[in-house]
Amino acid sequence: MSTAAEHPTYNYKVVKYFAIMTVVWGIVGMSLGVLIASQLVWPELNFETPYLTFSRLRPLHTNAVIFAFGGCALFATSYYVVQRTCQTRIFSDSLAMFTFWGWQAVIVAAAITLPLGLTSSKEYAELEWPIDILITIVWVCYAIVFFGTIAKRSQKHIYVANWFFGAFIITIAVLHIFNSLAVPVSAFKSYSIYAGAIDAMVQWWYGHNAVGFFLTAGFLGIMYYFVPKQAERPVYSYRLSIVHFWALISIYVWAGAHHLHYSALPDWAQSAGMIMSLILLAPSWGGMINGMMTLSGAWHKLRTDPILRFLVVSLSFYGMSTFEGPMMAIKTVNALSHNTDWTVGHVHSGALGWVAMVSIGALYNLIPVVFGRKQGEMYSIKLINIHFWLATIGTVLYIVAMWVNGIMQGLMWRAVNSDGTLTYSFVESLEASYPGYFVRAVGGAIFLAGMFIMAYNTYKTVRGANAEQQAKLAQA
Amino acid sequence: MDINDVRGLGTVFALIAFLGIIAWAYSSSRKKRFDDDADMIFKDDNIAQRTADAEREKND
Repeated sequence: MSTAAEHPTYNYKVVKYFAIMTVVWGIVGMSLGVLIASQLVWPELNFETPYLTFSRLRPLHTNAVIFAFGGCALFATSYYVVQRTCQTRIFSDSLAMFTFWGWQAVIVAAAITLPLGLTSSKEYAELEWPIDILITIVWVCYAIVFFGTIAKRSQKHIYVANWFFGAFIITIAVLHIFNSLAVPVSAFKSYSIYAGAIDAMVQWWYGHNAVGFFLTAGFLGIMYYFVPKQAERPVYSYRLSIVHFWALISIYVWAGAHHLHYSALPDWAQSAGMIMSLILLAPSWGGMINGMMTLSGAWHKLRTDPILRFLVVSLSFYGMSTFEGPMMAIKTVNALSHNTDWTVGHVHSGALGWVAMVSIGALYNLIPVVFGRKQGEMYSIKLINIHFWLATIGTVLYIVAMWVNGIMQGLMWRAVNSDGTLTYSFVESLEASYPGYFVRAVGGAIFLAGMFIMAYNTYKTVRGANAEQQAKLAQA
Repeated sequence: MDINDVRGLGTVFALIAFLGIIAWAYSSSRKKRFDDDADMIFKDDNIAQRTADAEREKND
């Protein structure tokens, strides 16, 4: 015991578990995405069973990619970064392990209940109340482990990545608890305590900040550690990162109303949501520029390092989608884009281009380290490069198809004849969307193919690490 | 003074806080400190070295 205290090590075990499961859930969640994208082209793919219908698998897809894939990536990287930057072992090994098994239990429960049609019907918060309680317990333990590690740090300063991870953990706790408040009527059915327009506003206060804190602040934490680490130079401006942090977290929480333009929400609340969304462009781009400029003077590294390419291209997609988002929040633009595939394309330029690619880049940096190698020393750098191009091409195909579909749908729905009647029926706009749906499914499949390559590369890296250990053992 | 004055003051307070953060972050007296903070992820790390060694020798 005393030797452990005098010669501390990091807890890489929990990081390994979460890192491996990130790859596994990435494949599961994205496979579901490709399946439901294909169902929109070939409806027969629901196989005439209720369990495989689009309506039940779509929430499973979103839960799997956001909370299983994205969540495991955040757990893995935050546990790794907080130990490395605080230079101390994680607060509690057993509590950290509990968050791993607890989170996997949540994911499995989602995979069982959602195809059965058990849902609270709140978007990105579909899971019923018993699972919500489990999420709360796991999340509180996560907060204890994370902030407990910060409290026992050996370094005076708390590195900026930890500020972003910390804001993400606290805000998600608040969002999840208040959005999920419900009255249970049976073991698997509950009703929200909110009603009408207030329910809608709470839902999108939650929904948008799930994007803002789960899918942005958390992944900015990844960016602020792994971009400088992989580029082997400090972040472009540490001072900008401080302004970036406070501006981003104080503005994001007000933007959710833009999901409810032209709804029963009071007009002033819609306009306030629009204004705050427009202001949000500034901190978003501040962070994006800070990440990109970290490479100034080292751009040549992009030529040889596909991991760095993943990280930098993820920032390009982040910049692109955080420009697109405020633009779509403008009410006149939203009048065209609302309920069309443009929204779906926007989400995926963020989800595939930013969230997935920055996670993949970070994992390629981290996995070799936690398995006893140097950073970025994966089994095959060439396979990382192939993965990079599959991910980029897949994302571009996906979002371009959805742009074309979305703008076409918006224009068709608003077209009127001279006598005031609608020019097109809804079904006509659906028929016109088929080519776009096909291209989208192809783009998604290409992205998914990259994930399989990552899984193979990870397997060989882990096996190789073990083989090296065996060889060493044989020599000894 | 009605509730809207309070709301207006809230906005003014947010602006002052924002400018205060910028002034604090960009003051020249803190430049070296923040440069050091940015470098902290590259500092020699005995614990990382020890963990890596333990990781490699796990099967010994």
